[in-house]
Amino acid sequence: MPVQYTSILDEHRAVRTKAGIFDISHMGQFFVSGPGCAAWLNRLLTNNVEHLAPGHGQYTLMLNDQGGIIDDLIVYRSGEADFFLVVNASMVEEDFFWMAAHQDPDIVLRNESALWAGMAVQGPQASALFAATCPDLPLPPPKGYATTAAGAIVSRTGYTGEDGFEWFCPAAAGPAAWNQFIAAGATPCGLGARDTLRLEMCYPLNGNDLSPAHSPIEAGLGFFVDLDKPAFIGRDTLVRHKTAGTTVKLSAIQYTGTGAPPRAHYPVLADDGTVLGELSSGVLSPTLMTGIGMAYLPTRFSKLGTPLQIKVRERLFPATVVKKPFYKPQ
Amino acid sequence: MTVPADLRYSSSHEWLRLDGDIATVGITAHAQEALTDVVFVELPAPGSNVDAGDPTAVVESVKAASDIYAPVAGEVIDLNLEVETDPSLVNSDPYGNGWLFKLRVRNPAEVGELLDATAYRALIS
Repeated sequence: MPVQYTSILDEHRAVRTKAGIFDISHMGQFFVSGPGCAAWLNRLLTNNVEHLAPGHGQYTLMLNDQGGIIDDLIVYRSGEADFFLVVNASMVEEDFFWMAAHQDPDIVLRNESALWAGMAVQGPQASALFAATCPDLPLPPPKGYATTAAGAIVSRTGYTGEDGFEWFCPAAAGPAAWNQFIAAGATPCGLGARDTLRLEMCYPLNGNDLSPAHSPIEAGLGFFVDLDKPAFIGRDTLVRHKTAGTTVKLSAIQYTGTGAPPRAHYPVLADDGTVLGELSSGVLSPTLMTGIGMAYLPTRFSKLGTPLQIKVRERLFPATVVKKPFYKPQ
Repeated sequence: MTVPADLRYSSSHEWLRLDGDIATVGITAHAQEALTDVVFVELPAPGSNVDAGDPTAVVESVKAASDIYAPVAGEVIDLNLEVETDPSLVNSDPYGNGWLFKLRVRNPAEVGELLDATAYRALIS
């Protein structure tokens, strides 16, 4: 996927107002089956797969023994003892190695990342576009998925905050599917728009906003952690973070005026000039036309309305902690 | 791609228009197209002295921040404040209302060392 096909602003607006399509073939697909695999996945993941009926998926996290985040992913249940996982491209090998290292003898774990093409069609017109392209297949409900006669998997998921779907098919069938959705009116969109769209929603990006140095509680993802299910890897840290609180919190930060686009690693300062940390992500929001970003801030600086400054080269731009997300789709 | 014949060019895609000893500087149509949507421009401090090749302004798109270099040495004597309020002028009118700053040229001979339109067109083709 290129950074942009035409312009990040145009592609971003296409997704917010019509429909855009992203090539997500780089993402990884794992298939898990075998007796007891639900309980096994529940030991590896923070959310509870037992809450999934077949045909549904959930956002979840895989942690290391210290409760730090290895990856965030979506796990779909296809049967009582059949699941598939969609993981981040950069983490395919590490995720697979981690899972294989914890594998139970009865579990079958397959990495099929190289075999699948993937595309995400996103935007208020995505469902109409789907109906026009696949008239015989009802679009699954939010977080649900369905399998087509040709073996493609279509899930009602995405990374933009807009309605839409993700389409995974055998790699050889990818180009035809891509062209079909473009012909139906989807605008090709690149990594740049994917980043501005997801950040407006405060969806974290692994490697930027998520890392082994931070827990899901620090990242504000407690909703996707089930502390009531049987023990899972990293749980002890999460219990401690949940009961005692965390020293840092991934916070949403927005410029109070205009300024140079904030970017990852720019320093974040308190209003008295003390350096508090750095942006884990930052962009000029094409919807709000002002700077937005996220940073792990000391908890006492993470309260809504806390005045901050973002340092861009030698200049400081005033900013404040705001409520997540930055933008709610209509 | 527009490459006006009356301008001089740097290999880092700035253009320069000389009028007496005053040089107006901006970025080329080719540069603005590569940057795409310009959303922020940072101009130099008026009165500052720059050498040829010094990073003198910053032009930012959503994608990236790009340094703009002084094509020749001189003193910054004027700024286009309009591009601060409407950075898209750099995209829509790179050789006109999208100019960035003016220099009082220290050594006019330096201007002759810049690329002419033919050489610049060859560089970007």
